[in-house]
Amino acid sequence: MDLLNKLFKTKEPSSRAIAKERLQLVLVHDRAQISPQLLQTIKDEIIDVISRYLEIEQDGVEITFTQNRRQSRLQADIPLMPNRRRQAAR
Amino acid sequence: MAARILTVTSGKGGVGKTTLTANLSTALAVQGQRVVAIDADIGLRNLDVVMGLENRIVYDLVDVVEGRCRLRQAMVRDKRLSELYLLPAAQTRDKNAVNPEQMVELCDGLRPDFDFIILDSPAGIEQGFRNAVSPADEVIIVTTPEMSAVRDADRIIGLLEASEKEAMSLVINRIRPEMIRREDMLNIDDVLDVLAISLLGIVPEDEKIIISTNRGHPLAMDNHSSAGQAFNNIAGRIMGQDIPFISLDKDTVLTRIKRFFGA
Repeated sequence: MDLLNKLFKTKEPSSRAIAKERLQLVLVHDRAQISPQLLQTIKDEIIDVISRYLEIEQDGVEITFTQNRRQSRLQADIPLMPNRRRQAAR
Repeated sequence: MAARILTVTSGKGGVGKTTLTANLSTALAVQGQRVVAIDADIGLRNLDVVMGLENRIVYDLVDVVEGRCRLRQAMVRDKRLSELYLLPAAQTRDKNAVNPEQMVELCDGLRPDFDFIILDSPAGIEQGFRNAVSPADEVIIVTTPEMSAVRDADRIIGLLEASEKEAMSLVINRIRPEMIRREDMLNIDDVLDVLAISLLGIVPEDEKIIISTNRGHPLAMDNHSSAGQAFNNIAGRIMGQDIPFISLDKDTVLTRIKRFFGA
């Protein structure tokens, strides 16, 4: 996030900056102990469940891992179909 | 008062656990504490060599646990300091020769007679690590400012949290201030951001470490090196003293003078 700013401002990132970003990414997956396949399964099932109650834009669904200090989070970002289209669908 | 039991571990091999254990034990003993250092790296012992006590070993940890000798018979006393002892590991067995319960019992047996019991953990996350960590009141995690070491330290922290060993602190070892300045090495804050445990100490890369191991004379016995100073600072902090972290800025005559006068 602040690395992106650095990337656009200066010529090229230092090896330290690269290491820091790679490390944070690697640790997110190490800590969560979740394989990419499992993550996909979780995503598919979340889409199924929410779809039973709300119309969602399936292509726009994003399930991500983030971490802050030693606390990891699974975040689901689920765009709903715009109102007009939802009403037309009923 | 009963001893505090500290285990030095890291996950990654070669980051400086044994060197830290040897120097921390020495530094505490120099300050008058009664210390026993225990080499828990069964099969690959090295604490004896780093402390310069390798030719005084008669019995070892496994002999004690298997009842071939009394605990005191296996403890090697460092003649250079009045109250520093080493309990060596066995060289001809492996990590499965003892189990965590036996280690806890052994350390409890030592508690009344010492101020500090310091265990040198092997690398890894298997039985050897569990043996070393089970008796600990506090765990010191050693890392270097490199991706692999930090990643492994993170795993160790996770395992310790899961087993409710929550009194943890971090030593960042083998720091190269010049590389940090050039932004070619993770800096202290980078490592702390990621590992998020409290910082116990930072130790610069120092050629004198190799020389001290060559001689079997831990640096913390004198105070003539930057690493030696760092080890002594760590010992001081463990004893509750408020010691600022060494500055990584270029060593000027002025900063050296300040340090000489204890600033």
